[in-house]
Amino acid sequence: MGDRWSRCNNCRRILYKQDILDNLYVCPACGFHFRISAKKRLELLYDNGEYKLYDKNISSMDALGFKDSKDYSDRLKEQRKKTSLKDAVLNAEGFMGGIKVLISAMDFSFMGGSMGSVVGEKVTRAFERALDEKIPVIVVSCSGGARMQEGVLSLMQMMKTSSAIGRLDQAGIPYISVITDPTTGGTTASYAMLGDINIAEPNALIGFAGPRVIEQTIKEKLPKGFQRAEFLLEHGMLDDVVERKNLRSYLICALRVFLNLAS
Amino acid sequence: MGKNKDYYQIEKNIQGYKKEIDRLEEEEDTDKERVKKLRDSIKKEWEKIRPQLTALQFVQIARHPDRPYTLDYIEAMINDFLEFHGDRRSGDDPAIVAGFGTYRGRTAAIIGHQKGRKTRERIARNFGQPNPEGFRKALRIMKLAEKYGHPVVTFIDTPGAFPGLGAEERGQAEAIAFNLKEISKLKVPIVNIVIGEGGSGGALGIGVGDELLMLENSFYSVISPEGCAAILWKDQSAVSKAAENLRFLADDLVEFGVADKIIKEPPGGAHIDWLKTFSNVDKELEKALKKIEKMSVEERLEKRYQKYRKIGVFGENDEPK
Repeated sequence: MGDRWSRCNNCRRILYKQDILDNLYVCPACGFHFRISAKKRLELLYDNGEYKLYDKNISSMDALGFKDSKDYSDRLKEQRKKTSLKDAVLNAEGFMGGIKVLISAMDFSFMGGSMGSVVGEKVTRAFERALDEKIPVIVVSCSGGARMQEGVLSLMQMMKTSSAIGRLDQAGIPYISVITDPTTGGTTASYAMLGDINIAEPNALIGFAGPRVIEQTIKEKLPKGFQRAEFLLEHGMLDDVVERKNLRSYLICALRVFLNLAS
Repeated sequence: MGKNKDYYQIEKNIQGYKKEIDRLEEEEDTDKERVKKLRDSIKKEWEKIRPQLTALQFVQIARHPDRPYTLDYIEAMINDFLEFHGDRRSGDDPAIVAGFGTYRGRTAAIIGHQKGRKTRERIARNFGQPNPEGFRKALRIMKLAEKYGHPVVTFIDTPGAFPGLGAEERGQAEAIAFNLKEISKLKVPIVNIVIGEGGSGGALGIGVGDELLMLENSFYSVISPEGCAAILWKDQSAVSKAAENLRFLADDLVEFGVADKIIKEPPGGAHIDWLKTFSNVDKELEKALKKIEKMSVEERLEKRYQKYRKIGVFGENDEPK
C-alpha cells in the first residue's frame, strides 16, 4: 500500500497516513485508537511535547537462564535493537498545564509491554520520586502482564509497585492510572487498577485473564464488548473513558482539582 | 528413573510402605519396630528419588491430592477456629477460608486457599481458584486482625485466580491489586506459607507479608507451567521444559530473595506423613511470628516494604546528566 497509506484495524478503511498522524493516531473515519509508542505518548501529554527522561539506563537481565525458542538474553538484545528501547517503560518528568508531573509510559512494542524487573523497578522509582518531590504521578499502562521469562521476579513486581502506591496514599500525592489497549494480567492486577482515578481510552482491552483463557475455561464465546473500557466503566472499575484528543486536558483538569489549584 | 514419568508412578514403592504403616498403626498392638523399619525404607527410597526429580515432578508433588490442605493445617494447629464468611459486598468465596483462632496461646487471623478433597467439594470450592469475593473477604479479615492487633497467617495453595466471566465483571484484577496495596500497610505481623501450589496472582493476593515460608516441595510461580508452555512454546508437550525454565521451586525462591525459609517435608513429601509436616510447619511458623512480633510497627512496615523493594534483577549504568 506504500508508505503513505494505511488501513484502519477496525473499520478497514484505507486512510492517508498523515491524516491519522494529524489525528493523534486515531482513525479519522471510525475513531479507532491505534496503539502508540511510549515516546509518542509523552509527547502528546506534556506541554509542548517537552519532557526529561529518568532512569534511562536500567536494562533487563536474564536472571533465570530462561530459554524457550531462543535465549531470553538474545530476545532482549533483539528487542532493544528493534525498538531502540531498553525495556517496556519510559520514565519522564515535565509539565502538564504548567503542573510538574511524572509520567511512566509503557510501550507495547517491547515484548508486549510485559512487566519484569525493569518495568517494576522503573514504575516504583517513579512513585518514589513523586513521593520525594511531592509531585503527582501518572502511569500510562499498555501491557500483556507479568513477563514470564523473569518468573517469580516479575510476579513480585506487582507487590513492589503496589506498596509504593500505598506510600503515596499516606503522603497525599495524586496518582492517576491511564489504561490503554491492551492491559491485562499482572499489570492490571497491580498499579493499573490502583489509581486515585482509573481512566481508559475508548475500546481498550482491560482485564485480568486474557479473553482466550476465559473462553477455554467457560467453554463459550464471550459477549461483545467484554473486557473493553466501556464494559469496565459500566462495572465500576473505571472513573471514565476518555478519547485521546481529550486526554491531556482531562488529566490537567483532574490534577488541578486534586491539587486544589483554582483557575 | 524416567524424566517423563508422572510422580505417581515414581512414588509407588513409598506409597506401598505408607499403606503398610497405616495398616500397622490401625492395629491395637502396633509393631513399632516394623513401622520404624518401613519409615527407614521410605527415607532411603526418598533420598534416592528426590535428587533426580524434575521441576514438573515437584509440581506434581505440590499438587498431590493427598497433601494436607489449609483446613487440615487449621484443624491440627489452631484451637477454637471460627470461620467467617463473606466480603460484605456481594458474596462468599469457598475457595478461600478465613477466620480467627488460637495459635500457640495467641489469637491469629488464619486465611488460606482451600482446594477441596472429594469431587463434590472440589467443585464447590472451585478447585481453590478464588473469585474477587475471596480476596475481598481475606482483606476484610486482615483488617479485623489489625483492629485487634492480632497477627495474620496465610496458607497458599491455588492453581491461580479464577479466569471466569463473572470474576472479570466483578473486578478480579482490582481485588488482587487492592489487597497488595493494603497488605503493604497492614500494621500487624503477616506470615505466608506456601503449602502446595503458589499459582500466580491468585496466590499473590493473599501471599505477601513479612515472611514467606515455603514447604520443601512447593512452588510459587508467575504462571503455571501449562500456561507458560501454551503461550511461549504453543505446545502442551513443552510443560516440563516450561517448568524447568520458570525456576519456581523453594530453593529458587530463596535464591531470588522471595522466600525467607524452606520448611522441611518428611521423606516422601507432606502427603506421606501429615503429622510430621504439621510439626515442621508449626515450628517454623512460631519462629517467624516471634521474630516479627518483636518489631515495632514502623520497623515491621519498613522491613516489609524493603523486602519487596529489593526484589528484581537488572543492570544499570551511571545516569548521564
